[in-house]
Amino acid sequence: MSASQNATPPIIQMKGIEKHFGSVIALAGVSVDVFAGECHCLLGDNGAGKSTFIKTMSGVHKPTAGEIIFEGKPLDFADPRDAITAGIATVHQHLAMIPLMSVSRNFFMGNEPVKKVAGLTFFDHDYANRVTMEEMRKMGINLRGPDQAVGTLSGGERQTVAIARAVHFGAKVLILDEPTSALGVRQTSNVLATIDKVRKQGIAVVFITHNVRHALAVGDRFTVLNRGKTLGTAKRGEITPEELQDLMAGGQELAQLEGSLGGTV
Amino acid sequence: MADTPQIDERIKEISPLRRALIRPELGGIVGTFAVFTLFALFAFDSGMFNSQGVMNWSIVSAQFMIIAVGACLLMIAGEFDLSVGSMIGFAGMMIAVFGVVLAWPMWIAIIITFVICCALGALNGWIVVRTGLPSFIVTLAFLFILRGFTIYIPQTIERKTIIGGIRDAAEGDWLAPIFGGKIGQPIFQWLGDIGVIGVFERGTRAGQPVVDGIPMLIVWAIVLIIFGHILLTRTRFGNWIFASGGDAEAARNSGVPVNKVKILMFMFTAFCATVLAVCQVMEFGSAGADRGLLKEFEAIIAVVIGGALLTGGYGSVIGAALGALIFGVVQQGLFFAGVESSLFRVFLGVILLFAVILNTYIRRIITGER
Repeated sequence: MSASQNATPPIIQMKGIEKHFGSVIALAGVSVDVFAGECHCLLGDNGAGKSTFIKTMSGVHKPTAGEIIFEGKPLDFADPRDAITAGIATVHQHLAMIPLMSVSRNFFMGNEPVKKVAGLTFFDHDYANRVTMEEMRKMGINLRGPDQAVGTLSGGERQTVAIARAVHFGAKVLILDEPTSALGVRQTSNVLATIDKVRKQGIAVVFITHNVRHALAVGDRFTVLNRGKTLGTAKRGEITPEELQDLMAGGQELAQLEGSLGGTV
Repeated sequence: MADTPQIDERIKEISPLRRALIRPELGGIVGTFAVFTLFALFAFDSGMFNSQGVMNWSIVSAQFMIIAVGACLLMIAGEFDLSVGSMIGFAGMMIAVFGVVLAWPMWIAIIITFVICCALGALNGWIVVRTGLPSFIVTLAFLFILRGFTIYIPQTIERKTIIGGIRDAAEGDWLAPIFGGKIGQPIFQWLGDIGVIGVFERGTRAGQPVVDGIPMLIVWAIVLIIFGHILLTRTRFGNWIFASGGDAEAARNSGVPVNKVKILMFMFTAFCATVLAVCQVMEFGSAGADRGLLKEFEAIIAVVIGGALLTGGYGSVIGAALGALIFGVVQQGLFFAGVESSLFRVFLGVILLFAVILNTYIRRIITGER
């Protein structure tokens, strides 16, 4: 991994990003670069600025200062659609999935395939159903049928549908906002396996989490955010779970606490 | 799907019954069968099923269907319109004001009325989308605003609440027959001649069939149902309607223009109300300030009987049309069966309650909630 990183420039570079909301400084100069085919974990406690940072990356917020360079060119997104078109897709904590609708209707929501019949434009259900089944099988999920409602899927399966959808629509950078935070053990491992599959397809994955073990399971590099600043990026193998945990908590208090909890946090 | 069926042992095979249950139309289909069976048993000899009787409840059902299609798509898109009834009264009054009081050509009166009413629908939608207020409250306000104007305008300019003379004003107009005319007269004449349907025995119309054509009201109902059904199930816009009502935030995140969809559906609902209003004033020849009273609730009930969820994101135009059919058949059927007509409301309340309970249960099946 590190060899290829030296050879190719990063697919997206965030340089000295600052974001102020009125008098609140949410981000105070954060720099992160992400390479194609890597899983870059963004760690941080609640309120560390993770969400603001990825919203800046995905075009929801305009940075107050700083520069975003995507595929070698400076970027200036007007709205999230620009980012999606450019190939930066976000799978939100609150999934863009509608439980009452079928998997295939969800999969193509906002990007419905169309066919022309007698000069009129119709939703191409056959194509949508076929592609949905194929893509889901690639991710290792066997649907009962493309018309199965998303509401009947488990949380992990829904995440996987959302990830598969982003990949299918040409994401080059995939931002996953806490995809494992509400999942059980088994479902978490499914999602982590999905992340691994996506990374191997050459897509850059930005994995936001506050769970160190989940991050270490798939991450290639780790960046810790704390109170709107980065505390540096570490490569896999260069950092221990304890150190990461410490960085996230931003200091000593947790170290003391951890002693009494027996290192279980 | 040409995929090899890899069966996951954790997924239980769902029975055909459960599979049928999650179709939104089911309630409507069962209800339609039940209602027809009931009246065939108890009111068959009452004239309900001869040509005049069929035409009678068909027209009433078609009136419900026209507004139910609009209300259905709007409800699936996640909103209500309580101003439908007032809109019907208002649109009729506009036709009368433009076509009779101001004596403009009827086609101009009709077109301008459509433009005004769709604009009002858009205003409804725009306020809902902009303020984020529940559409219940916004359209409740319009229920009163529009009804108020519908009474105020004819009072002020004509000193009465009913304006007549619309049929005379529409004489020879090219657009008016599209709402007030009939089609298929030769076929009905032929059916009368060969004795399939009755003919008048005496009077000036002797020899003419008792039912002499299909009113455009019914044609409009069928056209709107087909249009609504195809729009909802077979187009990308239909997917956006489901998505907007299912979860507006999720739909927005996926790039669905939720606000546009909702505003357009408010406009479509207003359009449907106006279609009914124009058909009515052409048929009656007058516009009354009390037209369309309570129609908004009847439309919503038809849609709910048809299997749509009040919370949006799920439903069917065909179901809503069947709901409207049940409505029309029962309302007229009780009359034919000689039952006190006030009992219709009792029936309405009971069936509404059943429909909502059934829909809630169905939703649990679809979403897999326990």
